[in-house]
Amino acid sequence: MNLQRLAINDEGFIFDPETGNSYTVNKTGLFIIKFLKEGKSEEEIVKALSEKFDVSEEDARRDLVDFMEQLRLYGLLEGENV
Amino acid sequence: MKEPYEKPVIQKLKTGMVNKFGSSPAYARKFRKDIEGVPVDELVERFGSPLFVFSEKKLRQKFREVKNAFTLRYPNVEFSWSYKTNYLDAICAVLHQEGETAEVVSEFEYEKARRLGVPGNQIIYNGPYKPYDSLVTAVKEGARINIDHFEEIADLEKVADELGVKPRVGIRLNMDTGIHPQWSRFGFNLESGQALDAVKRIASGGKLELVGLHCHIGTFILDPHAYEVEVKKMVDFSYTVEDQFGFKIEYLDIGGGFPSKNRLKGIYLPPEVAVPSVDEFAERVCSALLSSLRPGDYPKLILESGRAIVDEAGYLITTVHAAKRLPSGLKAYVLDAGVNILFTAFWYKFNVELDREVYGTSEPCVLYGPLCMNIDVVDDLTYLPPLPRGTRLILSPVGAYNVTQWMQFIRYRPAVVLIGENGEVDLIREAEDLTDIVRREKLPERLKLEW
Repeated sequence: MNLQRLAINDEGFIFDPETGNSYTVNKTGLFIIKFLKEGKSEEEIVKALSEKFDVSEEDARRDLVDFMEQLRLYGLLEGENV
Repeated sequence: MKEPYEKPVIQKLKTGMVNKFGSSPAYARKFRKDIEGVPVDELVERFGSPLFVFSEKKLRQKFREVKNAFTLRYPNVEFSWSYKTNYLDAICAVLHQEGETAEVVSEFEYEKARRLGVPGNQIIYNGPYKPYDSLVTAVKEGARINIDHFEEIADLEKVADELGVKPRVGIRLNMDTGIHPQWSRFGFNLESGQALDAVKRIASGGKLELVGLHCHIGTFILDPHAYEVEVKKMVDFSYTVEDQFGFKIEYLDIGGGFPSKNRLKGIYLPPEVAVPSVDEFAERVCSALLSSLRPGDYPKLILESGRAIVDEAGYLITTVHAAKRLPSGLKAYVLDAGVNILFTAFWYKFNVELDREVYGTSEPCVLYGPLCMNIDVVDDLTYLPPLPRGTRLILSPVGAYNVTQWMQFIRYRPAVVLIGENGEVDLIREAEDLTDIVRREKLPERLKLEW
């Protein structure tokens, strides 16, 4: 998965050494990316989101799908996870 | 204690591209929890979404602003409400209360004004298509008619014979005022001599009394100088008519076309900068009049301002029904209001306000309407934070043309409310239902289904 090669700092600044592109993510986005890097499933992430943040599982699931689409469009998400 | 949630967003950083529009930073984000003190939530709860909301206070305020600008500069001014801009009874009634007469462009609008209680002699009847019967009614009731073409001169002469009266009429002119496109399809052209031919024709017929000149140079005119040119040409022509034919021109109707503080697509500057003030228009018009009229002569100046008066008094509340991601990466929202009820979306970029504070980075997005039609785009590119489903957007200004040019297409048309000066909320047009649409339909007996 392409996410593994990304350099990510705690403020949500992301650098992709392969393409030279940089990104910023917000706190929630950073939270999700960390879980994705660990190979967690979508359901596990949804659960983690709703436990840590003030959000229902239903909303978290909807937002996770959208966020993963964004990652895919930037070419950051490929492989078996998709 | 759980942490506050913000929708996850990732943004690609681009170097060398500075956002000079300043529309995306969080401090530029616009929120509106109420309209004239009435909470947006309460309005939607009572009347549904989408919902058109008009502010009576703003409407009166805007009219008085325009009225003051002209009446302070010229002693004889009449304001005539352009029905096609917004002919809801309540809106027209407010403006008639303020002293506006009615400017109509069809027999339907004429009938609507009469039904509301406007006397015939307080109606100005314009337009290229005036059915014969409506001319008979208009002449009988003393309406002022501005003639569009030679056929209409002949029609009115016939009416004169039929009723045994000498109707007092005006003619519409079209001219070059430096505005493009030049509106040459209405009335008689001045520069080519056609307008003078029309006067000759009226004089030789001897059945009509020419008392007025009308002109309307275009719409959303951003150059006040164009009106100066228009007025000067009209005054010159009126004296030619008076001197050569013995008619007395009692009124100069300069039409409308004044812009509102709306943002036209393709115009770089914000409307606060691009749109001249009404005082500037008034100054140009009135000083052109005073400098070209003969001493002691003050023909009535008629203004048919529509958009400039009602546009900013109207809001549309719409609700986010769904969010989706397009293959281009662009975020898209599906709203419950589209071009079916927002005709002006084709040329305006509306001001978009949110009914609640939404946290998160703004991202480029497109606003789609609810129609299953590709053309249904309310805004093709704006910057908004990630909006949860159910967020309400307040679009403005939408008071001009939308509630007349809206279509019953795919969806029912929504309710319209008016917020009074004391905060009272009145329903001025009910939301439609199936009965409104099928009332005129007839199904032949042989086609009745037997399921």
